[in-house]
Amino acid sequence: MLAISIQIALALVTAAVAMSFWRLLRGPDAPDRILALDTLYINTIAILVLFGIHLGSALFFEAALLIALMGFIGTVALCKYLLRGDIIE
Amino acid sequence: MLEFFLSFLILTGAIFTFIGSLGLVRLKDMYTRLHGPTKATTLGVGSLLIASAIYFSAQGPSISLHEFLITIFLLITAPVSAHLLAKTALHLNLTSLAEKPEKDAIDQGGPDEVDTAEETEKADTTDTAVKPEAAEALQAPDQTKS
Amino acid sequence: MTRLLPHPVLTPVLAVIWLLLNNSIEPGQILLGLALSWAIPVLTIRFWPEAVSIQKPFALVRYTIILFYDIIMANFTVARLILGNPDKLKPSFVKLPLDLTSDLAISLLANSITLTPGTLSAQLSDDHSYLLVHALNETDPETLVANIKQRYEKPLKEIFESC
Repeated sequence: MLAISIQIALALVTAAVAMSFWRLLRGPDAPDRILALDTLYINTIAILVLFGIHLGSALFFEAALLIALMGFIGTVALCKYLLRGDIIE
Repeated sequence: MLEFFLSFLILTGAIFTFIGSLGLVRLKDMYTRLHGPTKATTLGVGSLLIASAIYFSAQGPSISLHEFLITIFLLITAPVSAHLLAKTALHLNLTSLAEKPEKDAIDQGGPDEVDTAEETEKADTTDTAVKPEAAEALQAPDQTKS
Repeated sequence: MTRLLPHPVLTPVLAVIWLLLNNSIEPGQILLGLALSWAIPVLTIRFWPEAVSIQKPFALVRYTIILFYDIIMANFTVARLILGNPDKLKPSFVKLPLDLTSDLAISLLANSITLTPGTLSAQLSDDHSYLLVHALNETDPETLVANIKQRYEKPLKEIFESC
């Protein structure tokens, strides 16, 4: 039962990745694309966690933690760039 | 029983993650789109992470709680990035379905405004720094004459 | 006391984060975590000019529980709104006058607003006097403002500013 629900969950999250990728390509303005990137990295964390449960390996945790940290910093840096035209003031 | 609970958590998480990204596609303007990923996706990934924590605690030799670190981290950072994105969108004056607040409410200076403000400030200071000297230079001959 | 332990709240938080990162509660890790969480605030004291002071710890616990409940409810609300007809949504910007003054309390309020049903904090005015809130589907701005004030701002004011 767990195996089946992980398969379904992986399919759903992959669809979510596809949708945020669509917004990334399509998004009319720069903030839309940043938002799509933001969603994309959160979805990637979801996929990594699901893979971790699927393969029974706790090694994926470090990758998920790093993506969470770096994704947030990336979003903030991009927003700051658009807001101020400069990242480090 | 544990397997049932885990499956429930995983499916709920995946469905909320899916709905959050669906909001990204379906909604019409930047500001409403911000709502989906910040709320639904955060809870979705949060419950996936909690499922992972329970799974590894049940499987492994000791309890595994470090997934909560990512959950807490996401709960703290998601609103911050949403706030920054909303601010950026307001600053770039993106089209909105809602009536946008008047410009006074958004009195944060943009890059252009900030730059010009700083420049004018600099210009002012240099002017005032130069002016007294010039004034003295102008006045000095007068004084010597008088 | 203030020099040796400048941030009484930060130190235990850092220790807990260290233990979660290592995912173990061995005595060695606990000692190392305590040493690091003591040393880091002392060494980086210049980056933290104000110490956080929590006036009412129990109010903070209560606030956290209410917040978690609201976050879960928020997800169902937003999910329903997203799955419904997007043309029927009535998004609007609402100004929320602030009573809070401390930076930490304001940022916590902004985060709470973003995580709870259908609202998103968009901008803080330069003089910290009001917050611009974007509501996903709101017909009555006054109820929204009153609700936020009563539910989140009052407890936050009690917790951080009741001096």
